[in-house]
Amino acid sequence: MGSPTTAPPEPIEEIRGDVTYIRTDKNLPPVAIVDRSPITTRHKLVFGSIAVLGSLAWAVIAFMRGETVNAVWFVIAAICTYVLGFRFYGRLIEMKIVRPRDDYATPAEIYENGTDYMPTDRRVLYGHHFAAIAGAGPLVGPVLATQMGYLPSAIWIIIGAVFAGCVQDYLVLAISTRRRGRSLGQMARDELGPIGGTAAIIGVLVIMVILLAVLGLVVVNALAESPWGVFSIAMTIPIAIFMGLYLRYLRPGRVTEVTLLGIVLLLIAVVAGGWVAQTTWGTEWFTLSKSTLSWCIIIYGFAASVMPVWLLLAPRDYLSTFMKVGTIALLALGIVIARPVMQAPAISQFAKSGAGPVFAGSLFPFLFITIACGALSGFHSLIASGTTPKLLEKEGQMRLIGYGGMATESFVAVMALITASILNQHLYFAINAPGAQTGRAAQSAAEYVNGLGLSGRAITAAEITDAANSVGEKSIVSRTGGAPTLAFGMAEVLSKAFGGSGLKAFWYHFAIMFEALFILTTVDAGTRVARFMLSDGLSNLGGPLRRLHDPSWKVGAWTCSLIVVGAWGSILLMGVSDPLGGINTLFPLFGIANQLLAAIALTVVTVVVIKMGLLKWAWIPGVPLLWDLAVTLTASWQKIFSGDPKLGYWTQHFQYRGAQESGKTSFGSAKDADQLSDVVRNTFIQGTLSIVFAVVVIIVVITAVITALRSIRGSGRPLAAENPVPSRIFGPARLVATPLEREVQKQWDALAPSPTKSVGTSGH
Amino acid sequence: MGRVSAFADKIRWYVGSLMGDSHYRRYVEYQNRAHPGEPLLSESGYWRMRHDMTDRSPTPRCC
Repeated sequence: MGSPTTAPPEPIEEIRGDVTYIRTDKNLPPVAIVDRSPITTRHKLVFGSIAVLGSLAWAVIAFMRGETVNAVWFVIAAICTYVLGFRFYGRLIEMKIVRPRDDYATPAEIYENGTDYMPTDRRVLYGHHFAAIAGAGPLVGPVLATQMGYLPSAIWIIIGAVFAGCVQDYLVLAISTRRRGRSLGQMARDELGPIGGTAAIIGVLVIMVILLAVLGLVVVNALAESPWGVFSIAMTIPIAIFMGLYLRYLRPGRVTEVTLLGIVLLLIAVVAGGWVAQTTWGTEWFTLSKSTLSWCIIIYGFAASVMPVWLLLAPRDYLSTFMKVGTIALLALGIVIARPVMQAPAISQFAKSGAGPVFAGSLFPFLFITIACGALSGFHSLIASGTTPKLLEKEGQMRLIGYGGMATESFVAVMALITASILNQHLYFAINAPGAQTGRAAQSAAEYVNGLGLSGRAITAAEITDAANSVGEKSIVSRTGGAPTLAFGMAEVLSKAFGGSGLKAFWYHFAIMFEALFILTTVDAGTRVARFMLSDGLSNLGGPLRRLHDPSWKVGAWTCSLIVVGAWGSILLMGVSDPLGGINTLFPLFGIANQLLAAIALTVVTVVVIKMGLLKWAWIPGVPLLWDLAVTLTASWQKIFSGDPKLGYWTQHFQYRGAQESGKTSFGSAKDADQLSDVVRNTFIQGTLSIVFAVVVIIVVITAVITALRSIRGSGRPLAAENPVPSRIFGPARLVATPLEREVQKQWDALAPSPTKSVGTSGH
Repeated sequence: MGRVSAFADKIRWYVGSLMGDSHYRRYVEYQNRAHPGEPLLSESGYWRMRHDMTDRSPTPRCC
C-alpha cells in the first residue's frame, strides 16, 4: 500500500511505434498502454455507417407525419446516438479534461482491503454502477412526459444524456477518483469553501427527503385499491428475510443461488396474488387505501433503516439488482420482437398550451423537470463520487463506467417512453389525469378524456373497464404516478412478444412488483444514507451531539432515523391527502430537487475544471450547468411566483387561505373544510421547499463563481487533488479488450504467483 | 460444445462476480497476498464483517 504523501517515482516509458508502454516497476509488465495509432479505414467505415443509420432513424422519428412510427426506430436512433456520443464526445472529454493516467493507482488499489475497496473488473463494475444509478426514476418520468408527445421527450432523453447526464456522471467519477473517492459534499467543501460546502450538504439532505417522499407516493398510487399488487409486494418482505437468514446461517456467500431462489418465490408470489385477489378474504385484507398504504411504507422505511442490513436490506438489494438487469433486457427484447407502433402524437396540444392534466406547466421548463433521471440526474453524482471509485480498477475505464453507465440508463428511459407512447392516448389520459378531473369512474373518465380533443377514435366506458379487467384490476382510472401506465405498456409489449394475451395480467403485476421493488430498495437505502448524513452533520455542531459520531449509539441512530422518516413520511402523507392530486403537485418538486442536485454537481465539476487551468474546456460541464440552472431556476420561479394557481404554490396557497378566512367550506378542488386546510398547509410546505431548494443552489453557484474568478486571477484555494500513487496492476480500458491490451494482460496473467490481481479478471 | 460451455462459464463468472459469490475468494486471495500468515475469517465471518460495514456506511441507491 503506497503512502499518499510521497511523490511518485518517474514511470518507465517504452515506445514501440505509435504505442507507449508505461511501467511503474521495471520487474513488472506495463501498467498502462498509450495507443496513438491513427484511426483505421475499417473504424471510419463502421462509425460512418452508424452515423448514417442514426440520422435515418432520427429523420423517421422527427419528420414522419400522418403515419404511425414504429418503436424500433427509437431504439435505433438511441443506440446509434449513444455509440457516437461515447466514441467521440466521451473521448473528447477524456482527452481534454479527464486525461486518465493508468500509471496512477485508483482509490480501490491504494486502499485495497479485500472488502469495500477492491479493484473490480470493468464489466462487473459497469453492472454494479448501472444497478446503483438506475431505478424507478427513468421509468416514471418519461411516462408522465408523454403527455407532451414523444418527440420532445425523445430528444431530451437522448441528447440530454449525451451532452449533460453522461458528462456529469463521468466527470464526477473522474474528480472523485483523483480525490481518493471523496463524496460530493466533501468535494464541495474542499473546492468551494465552508459556505458553499455546507449549503451543498444541506441541499443533498433536503433533496433526498423529497426524492424518497415522491418515490413512496409512486408506490402508493400503484398499489392503492389493488389487492393483487399489495399481496405480491408484501410477499417481498418475507422472501427477503428468508434470503437473509439463508445467507447468514445456511449457505453464506451463495448469493446467486439464493437470489435465483428468491426470484422464483417472487414469481410465485406474483401468480399467487392473482388467486388471492379473487378470494373474499384476500380482497378484504389486501385492499388498502392510500393513507393506510402510506403508513405501511413509513413504518416499513423506519424498520428497514434500523434493522440489521443482512436481514432485509442486503437480500432485497440482490433481488432488485437481478430484476433490474433482467427485466430491462427482457423489455428491450420484447420491443424488438413485438415492434409496436406509436399511438401518441409527435408533439401534443399540451406541449403548446401547458394545460395538460398530468403535470402543469409549459414544455420549457417543465418537460426537462419531469424527465430528470434518464437525461440528467443529480442523484447519480452521489454514486459516482464515493461508491464507484472504491471499486474502480483503472482511470482509463472511467469513460466506460461513468459515461457508458449513464447512456444505458438513458436507454431505459427511452424504453419507458416507448411503452407509454404505444398506449391508446385516451386510455393514457384516463390512467394519468388526477381523480378530480376524471371523477374516478369509467363513465366520467370516458367523458373527460373524450372532451380533451385527442386525435383518434373516442373511447367508451366499457373499453376502459375492459382494459382494467385485462390486467386483473377493477379500475385503472386515475392511477397516477407513472408506474401503472408503464406496467400497462409493458404488459402490452411482453404479452405480444412472449406468451399471448392470456399472460397480460401476469405481466402487468410483474411490472408493478418490479417497480415497487426498486423503489422500496431506494427507500431503505436512502433512509439509511440520509440518517447517516444527518447524524454526521449534527455531530459536527459539537457539544452533546458529538456522540452521534458513534454509529453504535442506538438512541442517536433511532432518533435520526425517526427524523428522516418523519420528514419524508409527512410529505408522503401530504401527497396522498392532497385534494389537488399528489403527483400533479409533488412530481415537479421531485424533478426540481433532482435537477438542482445536478446543478450542485456540475458546479463543483466546472470549478475543478477551471482550477485545473482548463478554462478553454470549461464549457463541457459549463453548458449543461447553465442549461440546468436555466431550467430549474425558471421552474422554481414559476412555482414560487406564478400567478396561475395551477402552477404557483403561493398563489394557490393565498387563494385557498382567502377562501378559508372568508368562512367558505369548499373551494376549487377542496370539497370540505378539512380538505381546504389540507391545501393551505400543503401549498405552504411545497412553496417553502421550493424556496429552500432555490436558495441553497444559488448560494452554491455564487460561491462557485467567486472561487472560479479567484482561480482565474491566480489567487484563491488551490486544487484539492491528492498526490498520485504509482499503480501496480493492469486492466484493459475498453469493454472488449484490444489486441494490445490482451497481450499485456497475458504478461500479467503469466506472473506466478500473481502479485496483484484484479477481482474477476481471474475468471477466465 | 466447447464454445457453448465456455460461454456459459463466462455468464456464470459474470453473474457470480456481480452478485458477490466471488467476494470471499477475492478476500482470501487479497489476505494471502497482502497479509500472509495473518488469520483468515471464515466465509460466514467474512459476510458478517461485510454486513456490519454496510450497517455503518450504507451506499445509496438511485431513484
